[in-house]
Amino acid sequence: MIKKGENKAAAVVMIGPTVFWLMLFLMLPLFLVIGISFMQKSAFGGVVIKFCLDAYKGLFHAEYLGIFGNSLKLSFLTTIICLLIGYPFAFVIARADKKWKPILVMMVMLPFWINSMIRIYGWNTLLRSQGIINESLMYFGWIKAPLQMLYTDGAVLLGMVYDLLPFTVLPIYTSIEKLDNSLLEAAQDLGAGKRALFSRIILPLTMPGIFAGSIQTFIPSLGLFYIADMMGGAKTMYIGNLIKNQFMSARNWPLGAALSILLIAITLVLMRLYTRVGSLDDMV
Amino acid sequence: MDEKRGKIQMKPLSRAYAALVYLFLYLPIIVVVLFSFNTSKMNIKFEGFTLEWYVKMVHNEQLMDAFFNTMSVALVSTLLSTTIGTLCAVGLNRFEFKLKKMISSTLYIPIVIPELVFGIAMLILFSFINVSMSLFTLIVSHVTFSLPFVVITVRARLAGFDKSVEEAARDLGANEVHTFFRVTLPMIAPGVISGAMLALTLSLDDVVVSFFTAGPESQTLPLKILGMVKKGITPDVNALSTLMIVGTVVILLMTTLIQGKLEKRDGIIN
Repeated sequence: MIKKGENKAAAVVMIGPTVFWLMLFLMLPLFLVIGISFMQKSAFGGVVIKFCLDAYKGLFHAEYLGIFGNSLKLSFLTTIICLLIGYPFAFVIARADKKWKPILVMMVMLPFWINSMIRIYGWNTLLRSQGIINESLMYFGWIKAPLQMLYTDGAVLLGMVYDLLPFTVLPIYTSIEKLDNSLLEAAQDLGAGKRALFSRIILPLTMPGIFAGSIQTFIPSLGLFYIADMMGGAKTMYIGNLIKNQFMSARNWPLGAALSILLIAITLVLMRLYTRVGSLDDMV
Repeated sequence: MDEKRGKIQMKPLSRAYAALVYLFLYLPIIVVVLFSFNTSKMNIKFEGFTLEWYVKMVHNEQLMDAFFNTMSVALVSTLLSTTIGTLCAVGLNRFEFKLKKMISSTLYIPIVIPELVFGIAMLILFSFINVSMSLFTLIVSHVTFSLPFVVITVRARLAGFDKSVEEAARDLGANEVHTFFRVTLPMIAPGVISGAMLALTLSLDDVVVSFFTAGPESQTLPLKILGMVKKGITPDVNALSTLMIVGTVVILLMTTLIQGKLEKRDGIIN
């Protein structure tokens, strides 16, 4: 076994840098966010060091409540649509020929490795009023004037679904992969029809995957402000953009910090719910 | 085993469906690449093939700066996070101590908290200690979000690691440093490569954290695109994006290949 004294130095050299780094650049900044959320905004865009709850009271402003509503609706719709598209898709991949499966999975991962701003920019090009989609629809005579697709709420939803679909598909794929074929055979032998087989056996067994996929879609969707910037109009505001604005243009740091704490709180509640159903390991 | 039974059969329809979803995933990528070869100045219609934009791209100083920033941040942060992350993973695997559990759970924080919150936390930190945004602040923040992924990936590889080999090396007179480089590192190489690749792609892909930690002189390519989009983007941006796409694909394929080779080698050893 390793003796204690002589290896203490080795342990410090090996683990020390990471611990130091995370303390300084992760824990300290997060504590600063918590601290600032309890301070007062100064007239010059900075903060006044004085404990108060102004920022949290500010969250209940009617305008902000509307923005939370928009965001939750968008994130919820994104998650549902990703599940509806992703589940059957994951199913097809998981049941594909053994030879093809690694390639098919790789093909889901590949777009996800390419910078998402580049991909969203691709959608921006496609949806423009003089973009390919409008031009082709007009060419075939299906529409007379270009449709306003870009800079709408629908475009933001499309961008979100596009960006997050792999996060929904991969955990579901893993859970379908794990399905025990003999269970399905047993159900069929006992007379289960296709519908019963799906709703009574497959769906309940793949629930952990569905749950992991939903959470991995819902949580990031709350913070992806740049998709709304690239695809959305100026009319609808979401929580991500609201937080960003507090630090970039509105300069109300305490409010931005309080909003961030709200975001963390939502995340923690969802994670807590999740760990009751599945394990954290299913997330990766 | 009867392969067909227990499966739900819906072959042609399911194939068509999968093809449609893949089309959805690849459509915007194809469009970006296609328009980098377009003779038209606007990203509207495809008019003819040209390489003009690739030449323009090289002469566009701002764009080249963005490219340089993106690459140097990705490379330096990968190198840093892989080095200290690998050391940490090996240390966590080797030593038993009181705070170990706490360190392990701290590692999950950057993975769980929303990127946006981490981004503003970094912004607050740097303005508190009065450091203006630059390549340095970008690198620091990128190391922070990729470090946990490196530690977790390398640790996963270490889980099946036989500690007696290390002990044997030490018994035979190798010192700590020697043991690490000659015994431990070669054995965990596939994990280290996975971790490094993850760090590299996380850095190349990042928009949100970079948005808050980049200065006006240290814009990365995605930030450049975001800044240009409302005014209209010229196809030289498509040319650079295409190069980034090709680069990402090459990195991904190469790592898969190297890993396959390393795992094969391990298969022979074990």
